[in-house]
Amino acid sequence: MRAVGRPHVDQVFKALADPSRRELLDRLHAEAGQTLGELCAGLRMTRQAVTKHLVLLEDANLVAGVRRGREKLHYLNPVPISEIYERWIGKFERHRLRALHELKKGLEEEKS
Amino acid sequence: MSKPKFVYVTYIDTTPDKIWTAITDGEVTKEYWGRHTNASDWKVGSAWKHQDYDDPSKVDIVGKVVEVQPPHRLVVTWSSPEGAGDPARVSRVTYDIAPYQRMVRLTVTHEDLEPESDMLRGITFGWPVVLSSLKSYLETGKCLPGMAERGAIKRQ
Repeated sequence: MRAVGRPHVDQVFKALADPSRRELLDRLHAEAGQTLGELCAGLRMTRQAVTKHLVLLEDANLVAGVRRGREKLHYLNPVPISEIYERWIGKFERHRLRALHELKKGLEEEKS
Repeated sequence: MSKPKFVYVTYIDTTPDKIWTAITDGEVTKEYWGRHTNASDWKVGSAWKHQDYDDPSKVDIVGKVVEVQPPHRLVVTWSSPEGAGDPARVSRVTYDIAPYQRMVRLTVTHEDLEPESDMLRGITFGWPVVLSSLKSYLETGKCLPGMAERGAIKRQ
């Protein structure tokens, strides 16, 4: 049975533990508000597979669906990731991690 | 192309009234939203301001109240004080509060944002933190670490 109501942290991790679903999230991050058809374009997944992944992502509250007429638009919802992040990362660590992240990004850009 | 739009959803183990109060009553808002309040009489057409609780002259966000249906729906316009006169810099925020199973689903939709703007960058960082903090505060009585203090939401 699908857990309803409160998306459990297990659901979030399970939803993220799949490269196809992460790819869908990446696509929604790059362009918000896509329809199922738009999301399917250029993907090597069937429409049915994408639909199934989207249901799982919505159950985990990582994707928010908004109805617009007959269409459904999909948005990446980062709030559950923020909750996980805040659970294990203290307020002082945030600054240091951000600095490290910027350093890594800068060095990798230099290299490429 | 339409202007960037963000949809943030969180499920909170509370009542719609408590979420409404947490958004509109400064005495509650200050506890989880970086010691800031949303000040207004919450009547359609009235002004609202997101301001420092201790020094209300420090205003970060200004706007007008567009729609008020306590405790289910609140729509406001949103801009920096400097950008308030420029329609391109005025965005729109909708709070939808709906019972869902035994929880309450809070959906914050932020649209008409100026592409590539500081405001857009600010809100994409800010909303997830604010909503996580609100959820934590309503469910446990404690906000996220640091979020009861001013300056907590400045982009790091």
